[in-house]
Amino acid sequence: MTGRIHSIQSLGAVDGPGLRAVAFLQGCPLRCAYCHNPDTWDPAGGEEIEAAALARRLLRYRPYWKETGGVTVTGGEPLFQAAFVEELFSILQAEGVHTALDTSCTGDLEAAERVLAHTNLVLADLKFLTEEDYRHYCRGSLARVEEFLRLTASLGVPLWIRHVVVPGLTDGEAHIRALGEKAASYPNLRKIELLPFRKLCLEKYQAMGVPFPLESVPEMDETRCRELAALLPDCGKLL
Amino acid sequence: MTAWREFASGVWQEEINVRDFIQRNYTPYDGDGSFLSGPTARTLALRGKMDELFRREHEQNGVLKIDVDTVITPTSFAPGYLDKEREIIVGFQTDEPLKRACNPFGGMRMVHDACRAYGYTVSENVEKQFCQHRTHNDGVFSAYTPEIRAARHCGLITGLPDAYGRGRIIGDYRRVALYGVDRLIAEKKKDKLARGEQPMLERTIRALEELSMQLEALEDMKKMAAAYGFDISRPAENAREAVQWTYFGYLASIKEQNGAAMSLGRVSTFLDIYFERDLREGVLDEAGAQEIMDDFVMKLRMARHLRTPEYNELFGGDPMWITESLGGVGEDGRHLVTKNCFRMLQTLYNLNPSAEPNLTVLWAEALPENWKRFAAKVSCDTDALQYENDDVMRPLYGDDYAIACCVSAMKVGKQMQFFGARANLAKLLLLALNGGRDEKKNLQVGPAHEPYQGEYLDYDKVVELLDFYRPWLAKTYVSAMNIIHYMHDKYCYEKTQMALHDSHVHRFMAFGVAGMSCMADSLSAIKYAKVRCVRDAETGLITDYEIEGEYPAFGNDDDRVDSIACEQVELFCKELKKNPLYRGAEHTLSILTITSNVMYGKKTGSTPDGRKGGEPLAPGANPMAGRDRSGALASLNSVAKLSYDVCRDGISNTFSIVPQALGKTEDERVGNLVAILGGYFGQKAHHLNVNVLNRETLLAAYEHPEDYPNLTIRVSGYAVNFYKLSREQQREVIARTFHVSV
Repeated sequence: MTGRIHSIQSLGAVDGPGLRAVAFLQGCPLRCAYCHNPDTWDPAGGEEIEAAALARRLLRYRPYWKETGGVTVTGGEPLFQAAFVEELFSILQAEGVHTALDTSCTGDLEAAERVLAHTNLVLADLKFLTEEDYRHYCRGSLARVEEFLRLTASLGVPLWIRHVVVPGLTDGEAHIRALGEKAASYPNLRKIELLPFRKLCLEKYQAMGVPFPLESVPEMDETRCRELAALLPDCGKLL
Repeated sequence: MTAWREFASGVWQEEINVRDFIQRNYTPYDGDGSFLSGPTARTLALRGKMDELFRREHEQNGVLKIDVDTVITPTSFAPGYLDKEREIIVGFQTDEPLKRACNPFGGMRMVHDACRAYGYTVSENVEKQFCQHRTHNDGVFSAYTPEIRAARHCGLITGLPDAYGRGRIIGDYRRVALYGVDRLIAEKKKDKLARGEQPMLERTIRALEELSMQLEALEDMKKMAAAYGFDISRPAENAREAVQWTYFGYLASIKEQNGAAMSLGRVSTFLDIYFERDLREGVLDEAGAQEIMDDFVMKLRMARHLRTPEYNELFGGDPMWITESLGGVGEDGRHLVTKNCFRMLQTLYNLNPSAEPNLTVLWAEALPENWKRFAAKVSCDTDALQYENDDVMRPLYGDDYAIACCVSAMKVGKQMQFFGARANLAKLLLLALNGGRDEKKNLQVGPAHEPYQGEYLDYDKVVELLDFYRPWLAKTYVSAMNIIHYMHDKYCYEKTQMALHDSHVHRFMAFGVAGMSCMADSLSAIKYAKVRCVRDAETGLITDYEIEGEYPAFGNDDDRVDSIACEQVELFCKELKKNPLYRGAEHTLSILTITSNVMYGKKTGSTPDGRKGGEPLAPGANPMAGRDRSGALASLNSVAKLSYDVCRDGISNTFSIVPQALGKTEDERVGNLVAILGGYFGQKAHHLNVNVLNRETLLAAYEHPEDYPNLTIRVSGYAVNFYKLSREQQREVIARTFHVSV
């Protein structure tokens, strides 16, 4: 079947283990305040491509993956095109490729389960810790996110929790500790990553003529971000 | 003999055979860099003096001092020192560090121009010596045909070594240390006697004369060393002597010759054998071993030739190409990484990053992981390394080859090459469309042919025109090269370097192409988009092009255009091979431009890919700047398709990536760079320059060069101190693709 992709990044070193080819899919049901890929929102945008053709393009980068790398699918929200990702991952897994799903955990659970059957690793964005914040900053629902995370746990798919740290919004010490506790409650958790808030996406918003909701918020200090990471449960013990 | 105590015996004792000595005696090292030593107080003091001299040199327009009274030869200058009391390894080309000398053997014109450019005048003494002296340059121009002159004049063939030393010859400097010069003399005398038995025709007579010049050179080398208080007639007894003797071999060569690239070879693992013996004998510790290497490298960093500003326009940054090849794997499967390979890289920390020596890691899948990671870390920290694929070179050159200049492999002491600059393929395309006329000078350069007719370019018709002009360019190019190397042998024979070769050598003649990606993109535009010709109303020449639609560009892993690049390179190589070469040399081809892509671009009018006249071409085999939009690995995959079997003299690719795109932590960056190198070379790619840096750093260095005295970057097959590039070259480097994560 065909799906819509925004682009391929051949050298992804920051989305999952090792070197990875990263496919950015088109379309997303959320509108997160700090979204850095607003150009992937439109489900009708981007390029239409067969899952098999996309797999062929991604496999061109296989010589670089070695034992640790593979393919990461992100977006947009990949679960927005769950059947397409399911087919792509099944082709890649049949080739022996490590597959990672970078998701905001928002999608139809039955379709997600079929994707997870071919997924080696879930990179789950846990954006906020209250239903209210989720609604306010993302137009999403914490309950649905937690449903998805429980599904990954029940299927035993290894899980990384990722969290964007925004100054004044999600950089409180108590908040980070609570995040760590919540994350550690999933038995399949392998790693927690704190991602400092960046504003590289500003140009994209300007080009689209869309206001960037966090334009006045400063970028997150990386050193502070590392200090916050020390408050999290030791990921070495999780492995 | 005490010099060879403890060494495992072998045929190396019966004949000159350094490889056999290495194979029987070296100790592969699998560990990491934790054993390494930092700089000693002595090293830091000398480094301070060296840096101060560099600072003064930079202040004075890049030339500290010129001796205009003395023609440089291995013995014409008194010894020079940086700090006589404290130096461990000694020897400069002249009697003072960084002082440059006149070397008119390649051509007197270059000496005049260079002296004038820096405010000096050649002395009467030197004038008198050379007014009667025919030089290489005189010889070449007396034989050039009008066609060659025209092709040279318009920039179709450029960078020819017709007015200076050709270089790209590597003496086996290790022989001086292992055997001592007297043994080398004895062997050469034997060879000469045997040679005299052959029919006394031109070949034999020339060989006899050359051997006698080599014998003179070996005697001179001894005299030069004796002036420094060393007797190199005997073999080296310990590590310090082994380094000093090796360096004397090299020093004599760079006193005699000012070749474009004067490379060192593959000395680190050889020297390791001496270091290991000294360490075993307890006469040296690790700090002492590192100190010797640091001092050696300081000497190499202070080597200088007198060049003209025009030369720097071609080869920016005042390079010497003191290329040292490190690592690789032996024919028996054992890797050739030793502790001393680590020490050589450690000099980049102990002495700060630097462009010279041109450190080249011979990459192989079977290298130890610790070494791969150490080299990758050094790349991330210093941007001073290049990588070349041992797995594709070893089957052709064995396991004791080295890289001359940037990418040219040759068996050390057994093979040499005639260096041959490059032909501009982008310009060839324009010439073919204009019926052999130069698009900028409106000059008939090639044979006259009906120019391209019609408004839109048709792929098949354009290819037909290329097929008509390619053989002519190949023939003209070969003729120029044959003349140049005949004259160089006649007037400027490299007697020191050839004395450190076997008496029978295999010769390559290394041709080159520039503008490869521009030509491929142009043909792709013609094939997959619509390209309209814009003709000059007065001359009728096609001087510009308008593109309607999109076309696949080289550097995006798209076979539609990548196959065009491969095909055009192969066709040109085939055409070169139809023309016989001087002295039975073997044709090879490189895709390498150094920094000449900027100057070539200036001489090339607008091209059908949308590049405007005068804009730079891409360096080496790189995609055109900014057109490799599908990511770093797609770009690498495109270049990896160019076949080393066709381009046996090397395929240069320069890769710049921002640190953040390589990973979040140093550990990740190192691991990922190792994966990139492994994946690239696993596809039989040949060469990669690696820069891990932000464009912002370069912009800052462009504005405030004084704040970045050690900023080293890889350009095309070599490294430069960024501040030494011309403003134009700096801008071109900044405009190159920096692969980022977003």
